[in-house]
Amino acid sequence: MSNQQQPTSATPAAAERKAIRLTINGEQRAIDVETRSTLLDVLREQLGLTGAKLGCDMGQCGACTVLIDGETMYSCLLLAIEQEGRAITTIEGLGANGELDPIQRAMVEHDALQCGFCTPGQALSIKAMLDRNPHPTDDEIDRALAGNLCRCGAYIKLRAAARSLAGR
Amino acid sequence: MPIRVITTKVEFEGQVYEQRVVMEGDEPAVWGADADLRVVGKSTPRVDGRERVSGAAQYSYDVNLPGMLTAVGLRSPHPHARVVSIDVSRAEATPGVRAILTRFNTEGFKNPNNGMDIFGEEVLFQGQEVAVVLADTRQQALEALPLINVTYEPLPFVVDAEAALKDGAPRVKPGTQDNSVSDEWPQTYTRGDVERGLAEADVVVETTFTTEANLHNSLETHGGAAQWDGHTLTLWSSTQDIYGARKQVAAALNLQQNQVHVIKRYMGGGFGSKLGAHNAGLIAAWAAHRLGRPVKYMLSREEENLAAGYRTPTAQTYKLGAKRDGTLTAIDLKTVGNNGALPGWFPSVAIPAKEMYLCPNVRTVDYAARTNIGSMSAFRAPGVAEGMAGLDVAMDTLARALNMDPLELRRKNNTTRYQIVDKPYATKTLLEAYDRAAERIGWATRDDEARRYPRGRNGSLRRGVGMASQVWGGEGGPPAQAIAKLLPDGSAVIMTGTQDLGTGTRTVLAQIAAEELGLPLTSVRVELGETEFGVFSPPSGGSMTLSSVGPAVRMAAVEARRETLEIISHLTEAPVDALELRDGAVFNRETGKEMGTLGSYLGQLDGHEITARGMRGPNPDDVVVRTFGAQFAEVEVDIGTGQVRVLRIIAAHDCGRIVNPLTYSSQIEGGVIQGLGMAMTEQRFIDERLGVSVNPNLGDYKVPTIRDIPEIELVMFDRANEYANTIGSLGAGEPPIIPTAGAIANAVAHAIGRPVTGIPLTPDRVLGFLSDK
Repeated sequence: MSNQQQPTSATPAAAERKAIRLTINGEQRAIDVETRSTLLDVLREQLGLTGAKLGCDMGQCGACTVLIDGETMYSCLLLAIEQEGRAITTIEGLGANGELDPIQRAMVEHDALQCGFCTPGQALSIKAMLDRNPHPTDDEIDRALAGNLCRCGAYIKLRAAARSLAGR
Repeated sequence: MPIRVITTKVEFEGQVYEQRVVMEGDEPAVWGADADLRVVGKSTPRVDGRERVSGAAQYSYDVNLPGMLTAVGLRSPHPHARVVSIDVSRAEATPGVRAILTRFNTEGFKNPNNGMDIFGEEVLFQGQEVAVVLADTRQQALEALPLINVTYEPLPFVVDAEAALKDGAPRVKPGTQDNSVSDEWPQTYTRGDVERGLAEADVVVETTFTTEANLHNSLETHGGAAQWDGHTLTLWSSTQDIYGARKQVAAALNLQQNQVHVIKRYMGGGFGSKLGAHNAGLIAAWAAHRLGRPVKYMLSREEENLAAGYRTPTAQTYKLGAKRDGTLTAIDLKTVGNNGALPGWFPSVAIPAKEMYLCPNVRTVDYAARTNIGSMSAFRAPGVAEGMAGLDVAMDTLARALNMDPLELRRKNNTTRYQIVDKPYATKTLLEAYDRAAERIGWATRDDEARRYPRGRNGSLRRGVGMASQVWGGEGGPPAQAIAKLLPDGSAVIMTGTQDLGTGTRTVLAQIAAEELGLPLTSVRVELGETEFGVFSPPSGGSMTLSSVGPAVRMAAVEARRETLEIISHLTEAPVDALELRDGAVFNRETGKEMGTLGSYLGQLDGHEITARGMRGPNPDDVVVRTFGAQFAEVEVDIGTGQVRVLRIIAAHDCGRIVNPLTYSSQIEGGVIQGLGMAMTEQRFIDERLGVSVNPNLGDYKVPTIRDIPEIELVMFDRANEYANTIGSLGAGEPPIIPTAGAIANAVAHAIGRPVTGIPLTPDRVLGFLSDK
């Protein structure tokens, strides 16, 4: 009995490329990308912004979370070429002049992180929530962070940090 | 300095090893319970929190080097097959593809841990490496993958552990006598006479309990980035064991260990699964060495869940015998675990049965089967988390049969001696943990009508309270080394070869050094995760990091301080005994006067840096050091839907002195949360007809989200264990996961008034318990 994995297509040609302009953390970046590239791959591999992580590559873990026009999005599910004209915020865009953003400071003070791999995504989800709603309830905090898995289990401390930022 | 070589015993993941320790000099005296400490014991935000929260922390997976190739793996879709041929011609023609590794061009490339070919002629599980594509970008490699044409000859397979152990089962490894994982299995242990103990019992209960395979799902997958410069191979490895990874890479590539440099600065979780370089790290290293270009190979989530290990599923059968007053007379346990395809270390599930409760007659038989599944690996309290859940569920069944309070049954069978080798425990505060946690959860009112039936007896909601106990090592031991350096400006660098997996190791080591050097925390930098420092530390596993490396750091800091004070004495003619370091300054103890900053003296030495070594001394021989604890859970069950909601968990663990209450509480909460996942939602499904996993992803394999998390309250102990080591601390990584599943299962059994015979407590399973006769 033989069992073959069949090839699915002919040998591909070189991928199509396109020159695009992205607005990332308030800066214009002109880059040449493969049209098939995800925003996450472009951020990490072409722009050196490695704060967003690839945890699952299918929109299930939240480690690649960025803000697009203020909304949390999974950058592993977005094509880079579709992001022109939108304001992209990555973890590298929080804080200014070497100072941490208050969200980041609260996360450090409350120990709302362990290994830190999911942390950039968690911080951006907290930011999107607070920008929309400065005084979230516990339930609103949980809903805002439900799309960001933390395998180390920093959830109790994430809640504490978010509560402190909500003025509680 | 005279050198001594001492033999001592060190426990790692439930097994005790003889270990030689080379001591240069003496360890300082133990920090006793009444030690006056200024930095140690204070809640301190992580010293590397800024890097972790700002995206600046560089994980192995973030290493990008000029010209680096990205590797993507093609893995077997079959649970067992012969790889007949591989045609890579069309894949090789894909733009950007630089090389494709298969068994036909990697002769002699083996995993030195098990001696098996990395790319074998026979694949023994779904997800085993068949080919690896190396391309300029990940997209290009992914595009080439389906163009590889592999011809397989499928072979008979078995994935279920009990089926694998039956006569006539297909052999996972042809030519072996049976599918037992090795000649050492099954493992049988006996104490006393279990048949006599059962005969003497007034009450005997028999229970079965099953646990499922749990996947670690560290958010950073296994793998690494490698670079070969013609002489040195550098591997940025996502590993809990840089020295183990160095040894493996050197052996696999036939290099000397001094040609291999392993770096692990930050790490996205490991939980026991990353004790080495892993095949992915070896493949990156091998390819970089052969191609002369940097190579990165990080597993995809699916590869991770098929080939990077799991917590063994278990089927446990207990027979417990007791006198009418609750005194245990016998524990008889048979347990079957599933090792997966490749032989290696396998955890004992029987440790709690042997050790947790006082019982003169114990028999345990541990089976471990080889099956056609990617091999298991250590997962936070391997064996013990599973075994404790099974044992404590059986204890609750016994309590019901005796009509006795389950907590009273535990108190009745408390033991102050380690029964496997009859020796006293150094300390044991378990009875106090029971009392304090029971009070916190309101144990006394657990049967009150209003609490049990929050919507009345006609409503579908039932509440229950349950508890479980915990025992674990966490003593650590040698060898572990540290170097303390004081620089001319009075700042310090501490170097060790340990790893910070996210547990806060850097921070607690900085606290210990700052304490002894009289420096503010901001003046101490801790370097770790590099073999090039030449300061050996053990793997970060077995809850042994702090209790092994902490005392070494303390000794190095004490030696650096001693040397510094001698030098200052020479410079100032003040007697050494009068000098003291505090807050970065030098004080005269007799006059109480500040004599200037530390830097003002060290700066006079024309660049001389003080360098002192410290090492972890031997463990005590006459007592057994253990961590003990208990957890209590309250749950709400909807008996109409089978839905379980965990309302509260109280966690009481004694892990000796707490160096940093803030990061300690994070460790405890994290362990409870992983235990909650184990209890409630986490299970890998394997289709037994096809031998393949159907949920190797984070959508269908459910790890807890923030919305699944109840209130978790800690009962703090924070008492120096003066027998354990010079800092008095024990490990806290594994203790908190051990009792969680048992406490929740017992709470559910209390709520529904029916036995709970397995986890996770998904609605279908709970409805099954409710319909059991």
